Amino acid sequence: MRLLIRNGRVVDPASGLDARRDVLVDGKVIKEIAPRIECPDATPLEAAGMVVAPGFIDIHVHLREPGIEHAETIETGTRAAAAGGFTAVCCMPNTIPVNDSAQVTGFIVERARQTAAVHVHPIGAISKGSKGERLADIGAMQTEGAVAISDDGIPVMNSGLMRRAMQYAASFGLPVIDHCEDLTLSAGGDIHEGVQSMRLGLGGIPGCSEDVMVARDIILAADTGAHIHIAHISTANSIAMVAHAKRLGLPVTAEVTPHHFALTDDRIPGYDSNYKMKPPLRSQRDIDASIEGLADGTIDCIATDHAPHTGHMKMQEFERCPFGVTGLETALGLSLETLYHSGRVDLCDLVRLFTNGAAECLGLDHGRLRVGGPADITVFSTEREWTYDVNQTYSKSKNSPFGGDTFRGGPAATIVSGRVVWTAEDGIIEAH
Amino acid sequence: MRPKGTNPRNLLGIEDLQRAEIERLLERGSHYKTVPPNQRLDTLRGHLIVNLFLEPSTRTRTSFEIAAKRLGADTSDIQGQGSSLSKGESLVDTLNTLGAMEPDIIVMRHSASGAPHFLARHLSTPMINAGDGRHEHPTQALLDALTILAAKDKLQGLRVAIIGDISHSRVARSNIHLLSKFGADIVACGPATAVSKRLPLLTPGVSLTHDIREAVRDADVIMMLRVQLERQNVEIFPKGEYFRYFGLRLAHMALAKPDAIVLHPGPINRGREISSEVADSQRSMILSQVNNGVAIRMAVLEWVCSAA
Repeated sequence: MRLLIRNGRVVDPASGLDARRDVLVDGKVIKEIAPRIECPDATPLEAAGMVVAPGFIDIHVHLREPGIEHAETIETGTRAAAAGGFTAVCCMPNTIPVNDSAQVTGFIVERARQTAAVHVHPIGAISKGSKGERLADIGAMQTEGAVAISDDGIPVMNSGLMRRAMQYAASFGLPVIDHCEDLTLSAGGDIHEGVQSMRLGLGGIPGCSEDVMVARDIILAADTGAHIHIAHISTANSIAMVAHAKRLGLPVTAEVTPHHFALTDDRIPGYDSNYKMKPPLRSQRDIDASIEGLADGTIDCIATDHAPHTGHMKMQEFERCPFGVTGLETALGLSLETLYHSGRVDLCDLVRLFTNGAAECLGLDHGRLRVGGPADITVFSTEREWTYDVNQTYSKSKNSPFGGDTFRGGPAATIVSGRVVWTAEDGIIEAH
Repeated sequence: MRPKGTNPRNLLGIEDLQRAEIERLLERGSHYKTVPPNQRLDTLRGHLIVNLFLEPSTRTRTSFEIAAKRLGADTSDIQGQGSSLSKGESLVDTLNTLGAMEPDIIVMRHSASGAPHFLARHLSTPMINAGDGRHEHPTQALLDALTILAAKDKLQGLRVAIIGDISHSRVARSNIHLLSKFGADIVACGPATAVSKRLPLLTPGVSLTHDIREAVRDADVIMMLRVQLERQNVEIFPKGEYFRYFGLRLAHMALAKPDAIVLHPGPINRGREISSEVADSQRSMILSQVNNGVAIRMAVLEWVCSAA
């Protein structure tokens, strides 16, 4: 089975390639990249006016399987990923049971093999049950396929345990991902602590609740030599600390989500729980720092923190609703709008933030276009206007604040291991 | 799900109201003060008002009930205590129940900020917020304005001290919005754990102090807030010494204007936020606030129906 992607603007940040090229895919690998390729027996995919990029990687998603399948499954979540232009995702361990053992990691890998539309890399828990008490079976999870460890939304408050986890993970070469939130500072909070939280009478989550943990983690990275990856960084202070750590040469990386660089807390309409997530939407100053950090390399990648919740969970009093929004299908559209069309991030850097920038955070063998390499490819338009209909989402959940929004530019085709799994025209294309 | 915008028949908060709308409500409130309490009116005859009180309340609930009866309406109570709602019935179930009952007005009290906004987004029934969490308590601010206007010519230019746990107070929030719309000079006072440094950014005309003597100096109106320990997740001030530094005593009254009045939304905690001497003094308007409550709620019930 051969596929010829013709006339696209091929952008591969890892090699610096940015030129009109044809790309020939043979089986699961890239066979040739050249200005003009003739191959009559290959299926053509016309990409004139489009960007042909390495397959996008989202290193922070929640697929909810096992245990919370009414909100999402590995199948539905990866279909939403494909529709968002992603060819690989890394799924957080807060399932039921928590992914804290080789058995659960193995289950996720096997379910993904059977049902997933894109590559799935599990992230194991730091502590057993993410209870913050004893270390999970970190080595065994890595052997089964885990690419990092994190207790994500139930962050490790105990600095002694965090230090041991980082020391232990470093001896296996595993990165540690931290959702930086001091739970004693964020307790009772619903949205960012600011004028808006005061106006709505909602509990505030102060920026300092993130900052003190980012500071702790950077100090522990310096102490242990472990690679710490800061999940969904959201404050100007935290970004400044990561920039400082990088200047010192410390093994620190960071991601930001599209909703955090696209929306501020004062844009929350009324008490719409589709705007409730952790960390919360912050201030304009924080957004400006995020975009600057993306442009200057302080922030390594864009990740969605896709967090599906069923409708009834979000149809409650605002303070009772769970935190989290979906994001896989709107990530590229929001990034093009906010970063590229605004002129703040150029196209090659934007692609890097979704591809090799993301892969390098977790040491994944993804995110490049090279002859002989895996044929994971994302084709997208920077110009095509489209409207996000959240009722047509591939996700099982609809908790997006961007339903009904119109974007300039978005994914056009997603190719995983040489197979076209999704196109903008035909949607998900089933395997035969 | 996106909010459809404020339904004109709702009273969800003072922040959403125009100054002219507030003036009309105060005017009608003054009118109802002159109607003898034993006179039954026909204004809302045949109307069903559901009092949905999902948080314990005696004063506000009774006040709305009396206001409804005096306007000739039928009322039905759904209370948190003892109803299925305290047994875990969700807000969506409440929504469906109310949809089936088809009341003409819903009066809602809830412990969560924004709960009436949630129902209002899905129901076409006029909705009156009788207090939502830490957000707003609009009829309290209206009755406070009515009380002030019985003693003062106008709100504009008045120096109003609001003292207490402003961060957790829906009464404070509604009063600040109302007084700001009329150009009052508002001084918020309390410990920094109870008064956000961002409060002056909420609306024009607000300043801060942590010294009660500064707050009451030259004040025309002193609004005391009830210390609501039940609304604090954690202790935000050492309660044993609260009265010493933020309680209103007779000595403070000497600093205020000679004709200054004292308001308190009740029920008062004597010796916690206000001394008995002040609460029972000539300056205290606490009892007239109760009477004005019925009058303003009559005006509000009439208003949400007339706009329909």
